[in-house]
Amino acid sequence: MSAPAIAKPNVAAKNFSQLAGFWDTPIGKKAVMAVTGVILFGFVVGHMLGNLQIFLGAEKLDAYAALLHSMPGVLWMARLVLLGSVGLHILAAVQLTLQSWEARPRGYVKKEPVAATYAGRTMRWSGPIIAAFVVYHLLHFTFGAAHPDFQPSKVYQNVVTGFQVWPVSLFYIVAMVLLGFHLQHGLWSMFQSLGFSHPRYTPKLKQFATVFATVIVAGNCSIPIAVLAGLVK
Amino acid sequence: MRLILHVWRQKSPNDEGRMVRYETNHADPHMSFLEMLDVLNEELISNGEEPIAFDHDCREGICGSCGFMINGKAHGGHPGTTVCQLHMRHFKDGDELYLEPWRAKAFPVLKDLVVDRSAFDRIIAAGGFISVRTGSAPDGNDILVPKEAADRAMDAAQCIGCGACVASCPNASASLFVGAKISHLGSLPQGKPEQEIRAMRMVAQMNEELFGTCTNLGECEATCPKHIPLEVIARMNRDYLAASWKHR
Ligand code: HEM
Ligand code: FES
Repeated sequence: MSAPAIAKPNVAAKNFSQLAGFWDTPIGKKAVMAVTGVILFGFVVGHMLGNLQIFLGAEKLDAYAALLHSMPGVLWMARLVLLGSVGLHILAAVQLTLQSWEARPRGYVKKEPVAATYAGRTMRWSGPIIAAFVVYHLLHFTFGAAHPDFQPSKVYQNVVTGFQVWPVSLFYIVAMVLLGFHLQHGLWSMFQSLGFSHPRYTPKLKQFATVFATVIVAGNCSIPIAVLAGLVK
Repeated sequence: MRLILHVWRQKSPNDEGRMVRYETNHADPHMSFLEMLDVLNEELISNGEEPIAFDHDCREGICGSCGFMINGKAHGGHPGTTVCQLHMRHFKDGDELYLEPWRAKAFPVLKDLVVDRSAFDRIIAAGGFISVRTGSAPDGNDILVPKEAADRAMDAAQCIGCGACVASCPNASASLFVGAKISHLGSLPQGKPEQEIRAMRMVAQMNEELFGTCTNLGECEATCPKHIPLEVIARMNRDYLAASWKHR
């Protein structure tokens, strides 16, 4: 009689199914959204600080751009991380949204929000509009395909000529206001998603989120506004 | 008091269902909302019509049986109040009110304003308990419980499982309910040994029951008749994330 075969645990398969199980629960997906959100947050802050150098003049800004391009390894690494983060963030958002829609196949005749903030209720609007904006923004200032007069590596000039077209500036400003809303809800929401909530600190965190979002909106909008006002030319 | 009521009428789980308009002149500011419906039902019965079905039991705000939407707000939207404890003095003569059952795929409508909430029972069965040894009774106060932990556990234990959190959540998420149970048991020493497996199992069951996903909007907290705070959801997330991290 042959001995019964003992199943060898397949470690790789087990780790994979554990990962899949994590992704299968809304809490796992929300944790991924929060972590990718932190990365995107970091990007938004860094990107804004970099761009604000426009107020220091053409040489400073163009030199900063040249510096980034002189390190293609670092640049592409950052781009890959950002692309991966955006991809996971959107994938989780879409899957969670579909799950929530399926969870209430029949809606109410009447429904009144009692506590939800405007920013919180519009995450599923602000998110996709920001995504569309990012695509346009890349075609506008990175690849130049959507720019009327794109000059490679002349960042300062491209920004000025780009923003002199007022509908373009307006779209940027609207997108930044929506980004502000998204970040205001997202900044405290990600702490909640990762399991941190405290009666003493959470209200402060929400206040901080509002201030932070306002600073981001003001900082980013100052550039198209300055160009339109003729302060940067 | 005269009231115009638009009530969801549905004969059975498979019936299509519809809003039906009723008028009553017999509402009184001293009545509870359910007493007002009792009086309306008497009128319906004497007219040979089918009375409006709604769940209720204690009528003291402690059992969690009652609950429906009034003008788009769970339990009518008065802080810390179930519909059985909601008084008609909050309404005015001539008010027009829309009464609808909790809406969620996980809470199928059985009849009129009555929904099947056994999804909650299955979530509890999955992990909302502590295991104890039977045998001789342990000495009282044998296990020390810090006051703060006891307070937090008691606050979370207030949850009566009425389902208002699911009903008011734009995502039909059960996170506040599950978070309340996880916080209640997990705050006490007796609940610690099963803290991780409890989070894993209850969250998995919540997902299995096809509830929606939390987006931290706070509608649940605002309409919870027992003031369960959003903090319990963070606790659920923390326990779940820690458990899935440590799980081998
Ligand atoms: C690109 C398209 C995007 C979509 C479709 C999207 C969608 C969403 C949705 C639906 C949520 C969940 C809302 C909630 O939990 O209340 C969310 C959360 C969040 N988003 Fe986005 N978003 C996008 C882009 C961004 C960007 C560019 C950033 C940062 C710069 C960002 C940062 C965040 C953060 C930090 C959160 C909170 C995560 C959490 O609740 O754990 N998102 N997003
Ligand atoms: S009937 Fe028991 S809580 Fe309302």
